[in-house]
Amino acid sequence: MLVQVPGGWNPLLGRLAIDQIPYTNPILAPLFVAVVIGAVIILGLITYYHKWGYLWKEWLTTVDHKKLGVMYIILGLVMLFRGFIDGLMIRTQQVWANGPQSSGVFGAVHGYLTPFHFGQVYSAHGLIMILLAATPLLVGFMNIIVPLQVGARDMAYPYLNALGLWITAAAVALIMISLFVGDFAHNGWFGYAPIFELQYSPGVGVDYWIWTLELTALGTTLGGINLIATIVKMRAPGMTWFRLPIFTWASLSANIIALTSFPALQVALFLVACDRYLGSHFFTAGFGGNLMLYTNLFWIWGHPEVYFVILPAFGMMSEIFPAFSEKPLFGYITMVAASFAIAGVSWLVWLHHFFTMGAGPDVNSFFSVATMLVGIPTGVKVFNWAFTMYRGRITYTAAMLWAIGALFLLLVGGLTGMMLAIPAINYMVHNSVFVIAHFHSMLLVIVYAIFGSVLFWFPKVFGFKLDEFWAKTMFWLFSAGSVLVFVPMYMLGFMGQTRRLDYVFNTAWHPYLVTEEIGIAVYCLSVAAFFVLLYVSIRDRVKNRVGQDAWGTSRSLEWLTHSPVPFYNFAVTPHVNARDELAWRRHNGINEAQPTQYVDIHMPNNTGVAIYIGALTFVLGFALTWRMWWLCLLSLVAIIALMIVRSWRGDPGYIITAAELEKMEREAMQRQQQVEGHLPHHGGQAVPGGAMAYEGQKVSPLGTPPSSGGDHH
Amino acid sequence: MSAHDSPDPSKAVLWDTHYHGHDVISTRSFGYFLYLLSDGMLFATLFAAYGVLSYSHSYFNGQTPADFVHPWYTFTQTVALFLSVLAYGMGMSAVKKGNKAGLMNGLIAAFVLGVIFLGLDIHDMMDLAAHGVTVQTSGGASAFIVLTQVHAAHIFFGLLWILVMMAQVAAKGFTTDTVGRLLSLRMFWHLQAIIWVFVFVFVYLWGYMS
Ligand code: HEM
Ligand SMILES: [Cu+2]
Repeated sequence: MLVQVPGGWNPLLGRLAIDQIPYTNPILAPLFVAVVIGAVIILGLITYYHKWGYLWKEWLTTVDHKKLGVMYIILGLVMLFRGFIDGLMIRTQQVWANGPQSSGVFGAVHGYLTPFHFGQVYSAHGLIMILLAATPLLVGFMNIIVPLQVGARDMAYPYLNALGLWITAAAVALIMISLFVGDFAHNGWFGYAPIFELQYSPGVGVDYWIWTLELTALGTTLGGINLIATIVKMRAPGMTWFRLPIFTWASLSANIIALTSFPALQVALFLVACDRYLGSHFFTAGFGGNLMLYTNLFWIWGHPEVYFVILPAFGMMSEIFPAFSEKPLFGYITMVAASFAIAGVSWLVWLHHFFTMGAGPDVNSFFSVATMLVGIPTGVKVFNWAFTMYRGRITYTAAMLWAIGALFLLLVGGLTGMMLAIPAINYMVHNSVFVIAHFHSMLLVIVYAIFGSVLFWFPKVFGFKLDEFWAKTMFWLFSAGSVLVFVPMYMLGFMGQTRRLDYVFNTAWHPYLVTEEIGIAVYCLSVAAFFVLLYVSIRDRVKNRVGQDAWGTSRSLEWLTHSPVPFYNFAVTPHVNARDELAWRRHNGINEAQPTQYVDIHMPNNTGVAIYIGALTFVLGFALTWRMWWLCLLSLVAIIALMIVRSWRGDPGYIITAAELEKMEREAMQRQQQVEGHLPHHGGQAVPGGAMAYEGQKVSPLGTPPSSGGDHH
Repeated sequence: MSAHDSPDPSKAVLWDTHYHGHDVISTRSFGYFLYLLSDGMLFATLFAAYGVLSYSHSYFNGQTPADFVHPWYTFTQTVALFLSVLAYGMGMSAVKKGNKAGLMNGLIAAFVLGVIFLGLDIHDMMDLAAHGVTVQTSGGASAFIVLTQVHAAHIFFGLLWILVMMAQVAAKGFTTDTVGRLLSLRMFWHLQAIIWVFVFVFVYLWGYMS
């Protein structure tokens, strides 16, 4: 049944042997040493400060959607950094290996990366950025915000939520370990048939790629189920469909895409695995296989996936614009309709990724027109945002700057997408760096929206604001970097530079490549600004503490509970009376009203099972990659056994009694009172809306609503 | 803002002290239904792959389903699986009456019939291999075998799950957890039967006739 692999194999270690560890590689070996030292220091510090118990109890076994969301986001940020380093390496190679005269080191004829190593770097870069950076970041935000926005205590399935996180973490671990054990795929992030077949890629790289993708697909599918169920089933009373906050709508449309499209990816990759492990002929060049079948299956997932990542970003922008324009979102219903239109059309356009397959004029025309249709709902969104800002009382907070930046990028990316959607143009620029510049504009929309959201929702999750000055510094540096990298890239695309070049023959392009490299340097500065931002904000956290409604102008339900959000979210389930509930309450002067009576609430218990299963999926992926059959079987059996044990035990949950709840609420209220006493003195410049909203207000004692309202109209 | 459809703020209810949300079983069944949707997409993709790989050239001059499919044999499998679903359904109707023995009988019958289905499938595959049809033979054979065996794998895990549920019901009786899981399992088992209809018609029968 199983195919014979080239090279050694033994029953115990599979293909793993000492020569698979690149200890002589001049780049990887020092990196490995650095990672080991870093890990030892971190683990040492945790042990020294006796934090293992805390870590295990509060984070690793948690089923709290906010903590899981925070971990998703941290994971995403770490991978964003790793992906950025990959990008830096790619750019450096191209500016170095330019022209026949260019020098070469570390065994490369030109530049410092051999073609094989370069191929691994760009493959990892793409895969990481889309699936292990953008996706976890967005899923993390959806995790934190959606249950709060619908007024729920947690996600519909808290345990499944933890499972999704740990499976995603396993995928991250798998791709990270491929740095030091064996190598990674060199077939691009989306892979080509038949290059990934065993004859042409005999190493383990492609196998790492397959199992990393399979694990993320699994994690994201589980997360998608959970989010849809949360939105459908967990809404607070009064939260009718058309009162649903717009970010929640966006999450719903995005997760419907995820749920229906990820299986296509899972199957595509599974069939590649069948080819490589069982010797089947799905995508082989002979024996009746079909090369383009793979490309079709991949992009049937791939295009919906790009909308899966952009729709939540649109949702984030739709929350940020109204809050800092002090106006309700313009065209709420059309915004919802546009999200679903985009989600629907995203299924009908996959072929635009390979017009050059040559399917003929009728097929290409169909997909061309379908692709351009996406522009209509997207245009609706852009105009809605513009009209939201129009005549609004705009505050240029850093979050707002990121959102506005995203809007500009969307314009650039969308219009170049339209150009690519015309087959006649596409034949000219397909597989050129013009395409790369297009989708980086688009993915930058997501990155901008995410940084905007980090700033916007950070005070909700942690109870204090991030420093505005450094956030803005970071924004401008990042934007300068984006312009410097991607404007020359568009130009080079027109001049004919194809993508993925490990050696750039044309020396006339040198100035452009240098400009891009300068852009990378500016990006590095913005990364540094980000670290300073974190440092300064944490240092000044006492000064920057906020109350429930951190910005004073926010609109939806998540701002109705304390900041940071207590683990039970809402002491009493809010009853929703309006779209933009908080804005409505503020407008009517009842935003500070507190519940008068508490009842017991039922909460889920923490569990270690999720992280154990996550770890086992990592072992399974690793064993499959290295073909250690006994370990595959063992980990699979262990996973199933754990699932059975968990199902046997169930989770009775535990009760927070009304008395405990009241005590915790009273304490939170007192903390808040202290904070709000300070507020007018701080951040007054940066967020006048925020400061003014608190003016002349006293936090009412439990029960009695305050006499005067917050909105300053 | 939709102020017009909002109540008078002075009378509005702001908190719902006694709100308990949806019942657990309906929330879980809904989530499980969503999972089944994704499972359906998985099969849809496999069918698409099979469609692309079922041209005459896909079999690389080797045997095609017309040579190796035995419709009556597969029909026996169909009957076994459908009876299994029927038995499961009858077991579930016993749950309504709180009749544990009735459920157990249904589950045992469903299990046995499922095992028969799986046994027939495995025998069929070994037979194919003996006649030189394996995943390594051709693209068409790969698609045929992988599609049918992914379905068989679902049946295998379904059988495992039936065993787990028998044990759980025996030990705990009918609780929210066990009944909820029995309902999910029912949806799963039915979906596999429905998918089998497509497998039987579009893979076996169609393959046999073309
Ligand atoms: C206005 C809507 C859009 C249109 C009309 C559009 C059009 C296109 C077209 C025609 C291509 C294929 C280019 C080629 O390879 O020749 C393409 C590639 C791509 N687009 Fe878009 N696009 C749009 C939005 C987006 C969005 C929202 C994203 C992601 C957030 C995105 C990400 C990508 C990616 C990742 C690729 C290339 C993948 C690769 O080849 O590695 N696009 N786009
Ligand atoms: Cu696309």
